[in-house]
Amino acid sequence: MKKLLATAAALALGAGVASAEVKVGMITTLSGGGAGLGIDVRDGFMLAIEQSGRDDIEVVIEDDQRKPDIAVQLSDKMIQSEKVDVLTGIIWSNLAMAVIPGAVAQGKFYLSPNAGPSALAGKGCDKNYFNVAWQNDNLHEAAGAYANSAGYENSFILAPNYPAGQDALTGYKRFYDGKVAGEIYTQLGQTDYAAEIAQIRASGADSVFFFLPGGMGISFLKQYADSGVGLPVVGPAFSFDQGILQAVGPAALGVVNTSQWSKDLDNAANAAFVESFEAKYDRLPSLYASQGFDTANLLISALEKADPSDADAFREALRAADFDSVRGEFRFGPNHHPIQTIYARKVIKEGDVFTNEVIGTALEDHSDAYAAACKM
Amino acid sequence: MSLILVIEQILNGVQLGVMLFLMAAGLTLIFGVMGLINLAHGALYMVGAFAAAAVAGATGSFLLGLVAALAAAAAAGALIEVTVIRRLYAADHLDQVLATFALILVFSEGVRWVFGSFPLYLDIPAALSGPVTLPGGIEYPLYRLVLIGIGLAVGLGLWWLIERTRLGIRIRAGENDREMIAALGVDISRLYTLVFALGAALAGLAGALVGAIQSVQVGMGEPVLILAFVVIVIGGIGSIRGAFVGALLVGLTETLGGVFLPAFFGLFTDPSTATSIGASLASMAIYVLMGMVLVWRPTGLFGVRA
Amino acid sequence: MIGERVLSLGVLAALGGVALLAAVTDEPFTITLATRVAILALAAAGLNIALGLGGLVSFGHALFFGLGGYVMGILAFHAQTYAPLDLGLFEVAGTKSMPVIWLAAVTLSALVAVPVGLLALRTTGVYFIMITLAFAQMFYYFTISWSAYGGEDGLSIYVRNGFPGLNTLDPIQFFGLCFALLCAVLWLSARLARSPFGLALGAARQAPARAEAVGLDPMRLRLVAFVISGAIAGLAGALYADLNRFVSPAMFGWQLSGELIVLVILGGVARIIGPVVGAGLYVMLEHFLGQITDFWQIWLGLILLVIVLYARGGIVGLVSPRRTGHG
Repeated sequence: MKKLLATAAALALGAGVASAEVKVGMITTLSGGGAGLGIDVRDGFMLAIEQSGRDDIEVVIEDDQRKPDIAVQLSDKMIQSEKVDVLTGIIWSNLAMAVIPGAVAQGKFYLSPNAGPSALAGKGCDKNYFNVAWQNDNLHEAAGAYANSAGYENSFILAPNYPAGQDALTGYKRFYDGKVAGEIYTQLGQTDYAAEIAQIRASGADSVFFFLPGGMGISFLKQYADSGVGLPVVGPAFSFDQGILQAVGPAALGVVNTSQWSKDLDNAANAAFVESFEAKYDRLPSLYASQGFDTANLLISALEKADPSDADAFREALRAADFDSVRGEFRFGPNHHPIQTIYARKVIKEGDVFTNEVIGTALEDHSDAYAAACKM
Repeated sequence: MSLILVIEQILNGVQLGVMLFLMAAGLTLIFGVMGLINLAHGALYMVGAFAAAAVAGATGSFLLGLVAALAAAAAAGALIEVTVIRRLYAADHLDQVLATFALILVFSEGVRWVFGSFPLYLDIPAALSGPVTLPGGIEYPLYRLVLIGIGLAVGLGLWWLIERTRLGIRIRAGENDREMIAALGVDISRLYTLVFALGAALAGLAGALVGAIQSVQVGMGEPVLILAFVVIVIGGIGSIRGAFVGALLVGLTETLGGVFLPAFFGLFTDPSTATSIGASLASMAIYVLMGMVLVWRPTGLFGVRA
Repeated sequence: MIGERVLSLGVLAALGGVALLAAVTDEPFTITLATRVAILALAAAGLNIALGLGGLVSFGHALFFGLGGYVMGILAFHAQTYAPLDLGLFEVAGTKSMPVIWLAAVTLSALVAVPVGLLALRTTGVYFIMITLAFAQMFYYFTISWSAYGGEDGLSIYVRNGFPGLNTLDPIQFFGLCFALLCAVLWLSARLARSPFGLALGAARQAPARAEAVGLDPMRLRLVAFVISGAIAGLAGALYADLNRFVSPAMFGWQLSGELIVLVILGGVARIIGPVVGAGLYVMLEHFLGQITDFWQIWLGLILLVIVLYARGGIVGLVSPRRTGHG
């Protein structure tokens, strides 16, 4: 944490007197296997803060080790000791479920740069909780919509056996009109998919939809490519993200995935973001970095209009979403979740680097299935 | 479900089992000879995978990657044996658990420090990629067949090493009576370093071989470590033969459970519920298997001493 | 060299003092850390009865910790939603009352510990370590896919449960509760260690054959120790869930079982105050190292190594060595 205060102080040096007026608490995953995602969110977020040139925003960053109990204790610390105004940073849905309800109940604002569990989008929504990424089902729904447009009629679908996995398959089926050739729940953290691939081969399916975040997706894609099954695959962007795509390698080439952002999206904010991120961190930005960047810009746009101490005005300012999102059009629905366009991307190789390019729109101005249940 | 699919799934189970055997063999050897519980065995698996990915990435040669994996894991093993493990032989299991737990932390974060937080890329060599058609029309990935072959070859090699060579005689003597072989003039501490490095190299080999079809990332060793422990406990700790049988049992249970339990529940409920319940039970299956084996034979299938 | 009794009282006074000082200076997070220490120490003290007194290296005490947590989570969840908990034969109303939850957590943990102990105690050594792990893993995978109570997402309880006469939302009052329970359990452990039961258990650990020869039943002694130990871990689990107002399958995870063992060894096996010292040191290391570097776990690992290599008998053993050679 010390070094982060130092970062804030270094930022402040450029502008003269340091006077931290707004305090932001970021709880994210910086150690262990899932650290890549947290680091990207943090780097994207800090880049936007730095570019804003504001010296009155202090960001306190802590590592949740991807453990829900640690995340809760850190949020207690942020609220009780650091007395932050706004919380952000959590990557994983289960950690979000542990932290967000308590934080907003204590009157804090929470801006989610990644997780969007359905429980917080419907009945459990809160006026101080804003999701700047997506509701968890969104990208899967878009994959379903894409499958229709691609003419798939008999999909084999699989996801890990945990709530986000069950939501994924439900989300896909919500928009997909064809038949389901088979449905499998794999073990969380599973690394060998030979058995599932054999079932896909035997199922007579014409396409495969999968949601396997992190290392699970890398394993599946490599093994699937090697199996020679060869059916078209579609999935959410998580397994085709810039951070892990190099580890998947040629196995991912040509695979279609759905995402609300892509580095080649044609808008000025995005072009500037991709360029400055690469210049500062010497790597291409990922989906998570783009979400961290947007989250910080949303926060900054609201701070221009109101102070968090005036909760009602600040909330209105957040709700207006008056910032240039790197994904183009962006606004909030009634449950404070994004209404946004979700694109279909294809994995390509640019020189030595695997990356994505947009090939079409999967869902336009898409909201989520839970907004109607939200009463604020 | 067709017969061909069943045979294919059995092959998958055998392949998983054979890879588990590479992990379990080193673990059980180290326990058998030195009486040491090595929780850091999974970390050595990770070291092997990262070394292979780094070298294969730099040179473009998978074979060099494998050599690097063996060398790096053996070197890491020898290093921790000389600096840490050697002081723990006389200690009780508890101190061993704590020390090797600490080694996991050091290795995991150390690897992340060196290689960064993102997974690395390691792929199957071109010559071994893609499926082949087996008799009966089964399409099966060639690389997995090679894995089965390598695993069986290593198993045979270990058997030969232990039953037929001077080193093997010493290892077996070391299991039975430490004072005796020391009295016979065998340099026991060198023998221990050697055995530990051998076990580590096996783990590194498994990490590199499996890394090519999975994700090379920090923390990849722990799930395998737990499975390998289940294997050696089922087989009987210290017994290579037990590790082999245990590994196959666990590999088959894990694979076939995941396939047949959901299908079984599908007879009674709708597909979504059935896959969910079936998958839950399948993930518990190997622990149920281990529990049953231990209740039936408290020292595992081939275990002699507790 | 400090006497064990003086050391114990000193450590407890220090823990309580830190929390009180933090309350006076308005540092609520420090109280939260102290509460975490007290609860982890409570769980480790439970484990220490099996591990230290009984010589039973359980690598699955997260099982009881998680059970206690889920008892709290499920009862409070049903109280929140006003939907009675359907147990098949009869229905139970949910509750937000800590004493009731504690009683249920302790009872359920003890009830589960009986069959688990009966099966696990058929084995010894590494086999015992692994079979206890297996039971915890079964519960872990079960809760991950148990969608009625949140699966892997876990279960949030928005407001901390209540205790008659106290405001548990006030950090220092909740700390007081946990601290009092910790002291009670430590006192119980000390009594237990000196009781005829404790002595018989020690005898069964050190010389099972001789113990049997004088008419003791080692199996029964160990089972009782295992059940008491599990019940205390269950109580700690319920408190931990209340500290976080949240339960999740991670409470059943093998890492947690491992951490509990680490706490016991770090403090000193079979030393009454060992778990408190171990938990205190562990939480402090985690907290302060994390502020210095992202790679703090490397340093934590190295410190643990130094302790296990050069401070056999843990921190307590270093400060107050045992005169007799046992343990």
